[in-house]
Amino acid sequence: MSDTIQGPTTMAAPPTSKETWRHPQDNPVRRFISANRASLGSLAVFLVMMAIFVAANPTVFSSWTLYASVFTTLPVAIFLTVPLVFIVTVGEIDLSFPATMGFAAWMFALLVQAGYSPLLGLAAALVTGAALGAFVGALVVYLNLSSLIATLGMNFVVRGLILIFTEGKSISLASLGDTWLYQAFSSDIFGLPVQMLWAVAFTVFAVYLYGRHRFGAHVHIVGDNPDSAAQMGINVKMVRVKSFIFVGIGAGLAGVFSTMINFTWWPTAGDGYLLPVLASVFVGGTPTWGGIGTVVGGAIGATTVSFIQTGIVGAGLSGFYVQFFNGLIIILSLIGHRWNQIRYR
Amino acid sequence: MAERLIELRDITKSYGNVYALGGVDLHVDKGEVLGLIGDNGAGKSTLIKILAGAVRPTSGEILVRGAPVHGWNAARSREAGIETVFQDRALAVQQSIVRNIFMGNEIANRFGFLDSKKEVAEAHRLMREIGFTSRVFTPQSIVGQLSGGERQGVAIARSLYRDADLIILDEPTTALSLTETNKVFHFVRQVRASGRSILFIGHNIHHVYDIADRFVVMDRGRVALQATKAEMSSAEDLIRFMEHIAHPTTAADAAQGAA
Repeated sequence: MSDTIQGPTTMAAPPTSKETWRHPQDNPVRRFISANRASLGSLAVFLVMMAIFVAANPTVFSSWTLYASVFTTLPVAIFLTVPLVFIVTVGEIDLSFPATMGFAAWMFALLVQAGYSPLLGLAAALVTGAALGAFVGALVVYLNLSSLIATLGMNFVVRGLILIFTEGKSISLASLGDTWLYQAFSSDIFGLPVQMLWAVAFTVFAVYLYGRHRFGAHVHIVGDNPDSAAQMGINVKMVRVKSFIFVGIGAGLAGVFSTMINFTWWPTAGDGYLLPVLASVFVGGTPTWGGIGTVVGGAIGATTVSFIQTGIVGAGLSGFYVQFFNGLIIILSLIGHRWNQIRYR
Repeated sequence: MAERLIELRDITKSYGNVYALGGVDLHVDKGEVLGLIGDNGAGKSTLIKILAGAVRPTSGEILVRGAPVHGWNAARSREAGIETVFQDRALAVQQSIVRNIFMGNEIANRFGFLDSKKEVAEAHRLMREIGFTSRVFTPQSIVGQLSGGERQGVAIARSLYRDADLIILDEPTTALSLTETNKVFHFVRQVRASGRSILFIGHNIHHVYDIADRFVVMDRGRVALQATKAEMSSAEDLIRFMEHIAHPTTAADAAQGAA
């Protein structure tokens, strides 16, 4: 009995038989694949899409200009998408991040316009983002509201406040380009927009927070089984609020970077990101039901979504095709992830 | 006499005018498996919740290792070494075995980053301790891929990590196949062999009879019977007694275990 594989129920394995049969997970390549199924799937979607674009128009897609233009704005999407992976994993959703992004960037713009250091502006934007995130989170968690509706409402409220106070006027920050912060956050090195490095650093930080940190572990467990988490002494509500705060911080970063790219703050800053960023989370392979997800996948999803628009026009189709293919890629990648991840549920 | 681990004296619990428990005396000794049986509404769940500190008794006394504990609550219950494994909601099934064992008690450095090497080694040790020695699953395996009995094993391993002296298993074998039930029994015996106690709650009297050293039968908020295994010749004895308390008039002659 000891030398045959008994299936998953072998009860008493004699210690001597350890060498006779190797666990499939002992193979590092297979272990890597099985641990990163979702993000590898997202990467496959991205690569297939890019291959089609390159095949459609090799000249445009072999020029660096196209990539540089995508990489200029992609970081903004990554700062928004990555924390949203946390919020979806914890079992909530946040639709208020576009307004939070606009509001935080507004604080940045006001301080820079008033002559303060952009670094102070950045700090203020992050604090504002975190505070708005904490407020939205507390609203959802402590008043026990549906996060879908409550955050949608907060998106309108915060955007409304911006419009009331600014009366729709934008803020131009022409002097921003001379500051060292701009050099560090928004210039080019060897043609690569430097904000891309910050986005990668942010993603790496989030990967560790999500997968190797107590907070990430609690995010997973709360999203998976809040009753069990509470019984084991995890402060379920606080974990949820912290996830909202993280989204606010990401929105603050996104706001500052998008303002620096444009040298201008618009009262509508962030509005256009709501649907593409939400799509990115799910294109990236994070399922809707909570408990699991992938940060790297989310960043790849944001990259995929960012390339769709540029890619379709670059491939020679008219701009009228953008929406159609946008939707098509979202649906196809959802189907792909479904098929790829039939393991639980 | 065996060492008393937990003792309940004259515990009552009332919700308004309704008595869920009407004066329960019960004790669990060190290193024993106590089987708790009773029909729906007998007060088993209330009793577990009181032991876990989730519900406050209306009156009565709780003693831990012979010393009365005042202000009994969830924290006191944990200090006393009581861990409850609830039927369906014990585990996060999309997470790994490691994450479930260390749920809320992660091994981390002072910045909060997890020490996964230590966690995996400790999980291996705990799984070995309860006899969970399958070679197909590693500590990184997802709980959702485990069978029902193995999931109970993960929950039991977690209780051990949390230094439980008394593990309360709430219907751990309900809806499990024979093989799976045997696995749970195997885990329970391993835990008992390590000197810890188990309170085993079950609907299936055969299961409880097989695993427990002593039985407590509850009926409408009271203890109807306390008996050791030696005093019961078979599971049928217990079943006859249960039938007797459910239909006292028709089964009056089958009550030999009642005294």
